[in-house]
Amino acid sequence: MIRPSLVVFLLVAVSFAAEFNGGWLKKVPPREQQKTNPYENQSGAVDAGRQVFLQHCSHCHGENAAGNKKHPSLVSPRIQQQATPGELHYLLVNGSMAKGMPPWSKLGDPQIWQLVSYLKSLH
Amino acid sequence: MLRWFRFGLFVLVLLPISCKAQERPYFLTYSHEMEEPGNLEIEFLNISGKPPEGNRFLGSSLEVEYGIKTWWTTEFYLDGQTTQNESTIFTGYRWENRFRPLLREHWINPVLYVEFEDINGADKTLREIVGHDGKADLSEPNDEVRAEKKREIELKLILGSNFKGWNVSENIIAEKNLANEPWEFGYAVGASRPLRLEASPKPCTFCLEKWQAGVEMYGGLGDRYSFGTRLTSQYLGPTVNWSSPNGVTLSFSPSFGLNDDSVPRLYRFGIAYEVDQFLSRFHRGRQ
Repeated sequence: MIRPSLVVFLLVAVSFAAEFNGGWLKKVPPREQQKTNPYENQSGAVDAGRQVFLQHCSHCHGENAAGNKKHPSLVSPRIQQQATPGELHYLLVNGSMAKGMPPWSKLGDPQIWQLVSYLKSLH
Repeated sequence: MLRWFRFGLFVLVLLPISCKAQERPYFLTYSHEMEEPGNLEIEFLNISGKPPEGNRFLGSSLEVEYGIKTWWTTEFYLDGQTTQNESTIFTGYRWENRFRPLLREHWINPVLYVEFEDINGADKTLREIVGHDGKADLSEPNDEVRAEKKREIELKLILGSNFKGWNVSENIIAEKNLANEPWEFGYAVGASRPLRLEASPKPCTFCLEKWQAGVEMYGGLGDRYSFGTRLTSQYLGPTVNWSSPNGVTLSFSPSFGLNDDSVPRLYRFGIAYEVDQFLSRFHRGRQ
């Protein structure tokens, strides 16, 4: 007989593992996935996004976005290739609070899209 | 009070200059935005005013705020005040916790707030206006009112929304003195926006996105037996802040009394400093 607490534990563990493995991508609503970055071809958006990154993100993810023990690297095929700009925008607006990533809606859409431009430019 | 100020400056000078703060410019109103987990914010808040039948005062709070989780922020305050021609006294402490039950952004985002405060009747920090608080409370001599104990529980429902760069926040306040006094009610609302939403491509100090401006309104709503705005004080005023590149945020707000029970003018000013990933600074091998 499997204990209910063990089932709950396994479910939580699996969901956490899915998050680490990019599970958040699957939670993005289709409408959000399809959003396009209004700053995509604008000169200066990447530099502006880097300023936002240095101000708000680098203390966790590192100045070069390589991450550390507790915070994931943002230089990965998932961020630069797999995720659409709309998905990154959704992640930044909502965060992943169960995993320690706060929502950044306070930055406002323009700065979030500039940040998406910067993240997409990393390699 | 001067000692407090020196202590505040000492703390600010000691801390490494490597972090950034981006705060809403509110003094009383809480937004739904929590402290980032691991970050520590130190803030020195002041309020000055002169009730018509009393002496000019300066109320001050030294506030330490820490993000425990993305959904849980805790905050501790030490309060004091100085009143012209009277005295300078320590008035008590407060400990608050804020919890965000919904883990995604919505049109309206609720946050639950619980505070315990152990202050005395001479407290003039005006961290909230509830019940029938008014100018008469601020006119009484320190020597008389400091003996009055106020051990209170305060609950707030914080509602916040971010839309097109604007933040709109509403707080509904219920406070109870544990000495068998009735529940008192109050509110605070605010709206604010950065002066520019886009970031500059180069580092800058006084560029518009470093400034936020807005308006804040707050007041009492009576108590359990006399709910409403009769015999309460009400205030309205603009508010502005500026975040420097080295992590210091300066805030200022003049508030104007809207009725006869209010102090005609209150001036609030504050300085805040945020330390990113505070505890990680004590770990070896931190990146």
